Amino acid sequence: MKLLDGLGKGTIETLEYAGGITQLAGESVGFIATLRIRFGETLSQCYLLGVQSLIIVLLTSLFTGMVFSLESANQAVQYGVGSLVGGAVAYTSVRELGPMLSAVVVAGRVGAAIAAEIGSMVVTEQIEALRSMSLPPVRYLVVPRLLAMIIMLPLLAIFADVVSIVGGMWIANTYAHIGSADFISSARQTIGFPDVVKGLFKSVVFGIIIALVGAYQGLKTRGGAAGVGLATTGAVVTSIILIFVTNFIMSYMLYGTH
Amino acid sequence: MDARPYARLDDVSLYYGDKVVLKNCSLDIMEGAITCVIGLSGAGKSTILRLLDALRKPDEGHVYIGDRDICHTPETELIEVRRKIALSFQFAALLDSLTIGENVGLPLRENTQQPEAEIRQIVEDALDSVGLAHTYDNLPSELSGGMLKRAGFARAIVTKPDLVLYDEPTTGLDPIVTHLITDMIVRLRKKLGGTAVVISHDLQSIFMMADYVAMLFEGAIIAYGTVEEIKRSPNPIVQQFLEGSEVGPIPI
Repeated sequence: MKLLDGLGKGTIETLEYAGGITQLAGESVGFIATLRIRFGETLSQCYLLGVQSLIIVLLTSLFTGMVFSLESANQAVQYGVGSLVGGAVAYTSVRELGPMLSAVVVAGRVGAAIAAEIGSMVVTEQIEALRSMSLPPVRYLVVPRLLAMIIMLPLLAIFADVVSIVGGMWIANTYAHIGSADFISSARQTIGFPDVVKGLFKSVVFGIIIALVGAYQGLKTRGGAAGVGLATTGAVVTSIILIFVTNFIMSYMLYGTH
Repeated sequence: MDARPYARLDDVSLYYGDKVVLKNCSLDIMEGAITCVIGLSGAGKSTILRLLDALRKPDEGHVYIGDRDICHTPETELIEVRRKIALSFQFAALLDSLTIGENVGLPLRENTQQPEAEIRQIVEDALDSVGLAHTYDNLPSELSGGMLKRAGFARAIVTKPDLVLYDEPTTGLDPIVTHLITDMIVRLRKKLGGTAVVISHDLQSIFMMADYVAMLFEGAIIAYGTVEEIKRSPNPIVQQFLEGSEVGPIPI
């Protein structure tokens, strides 16, 4: 009986959460569609959420590309398929690692920041003050962050793709003596423009997830500092889980049917 | 003084889960007057302000601003209603990321098409009227509690609202700043006209500024009148509250 109760409660909470996120998305789209956008604040958020995430995204992508190359290059050379390493690294970077790694790293940094900032504003009555001044918090706070993530995460993913491939190429060259020309040629034969576009599409979806989950967790913060802590943790955990789940679904839909 | 109510709670009930916050609560907010609401901590006084500012809707009953029932007004139209009402928060609720000048000018910058130079002048005047002329470029974190409250007042009055709601304006302040703020509320109401509602525990301040006093107890208004009428109230609950006595009908 307790198990059933728990299941029922969990289902209701999940549906409420999904409903809340959907409502937040709907309100945001309403403001964007009617161009009620704070352009200055959106630019500022592009810098804060996007540009300031660049270093951490570059570092994680660089080392991931290098590790992937390290693991695959020697094996590939042993089996006489060293010329395929460039393709393998580029293929994984552009289609999966670039978009997803950058999203996971940004979810940790930006999702937490959005939830903590908005959550602190809730507990110090700043959100209520905005509503009191006829300034809808969704327009004032959520829309600029949402747009910033939609713009900046694909750009970060492009940097992540490039750095990951360059790192992989360097390791393949120094560790397995695979020439840079061979590496690049293999990469160019393996990936095409549609792969890049699909990877960027994934990044846009991940950006929406990070911004909306962070904002929603922040807006539903209750209590004091402890509530802000819970909102922050919840934002990061939920965003990362949703990124992995939607990544699988999108990969299946975009590539899996071929 | 006009005897017409500017705002009205009509038989309002509001619950937080099982907890009854307001039960069949009715209150008239007289136009052009300062109405003070007193009551025990946690009695629901601040909730009354939020109902009047349409930030919260009652579970039962009606809230009127003028003749308009704001409980049944769509959110898009409530934005217009709220533009005529300003709420000064207990802890000011200024946005951390903006300077004092940007905070005070926020409703003008976001809701009007006034040129920046004009807004700057209005904001400087508002800050000057609360004695904070030199703080335009300061961040909220650089101001004391009393200064923050005054900056909150400046933000509340900058749009020249018809109704200003003050949530515990003197709580936690020293007697001198308390006196200063009390005096300021009276002065601002006289200068701007309009109506004010003040929530407070500070009886000395209330007796200085109130035209009408309402006492909230167990979710309902149990006494209402001028300061003298409240002081002479035969209600033992009112008398115990005014005396600050532990002995009486109020459960401790």
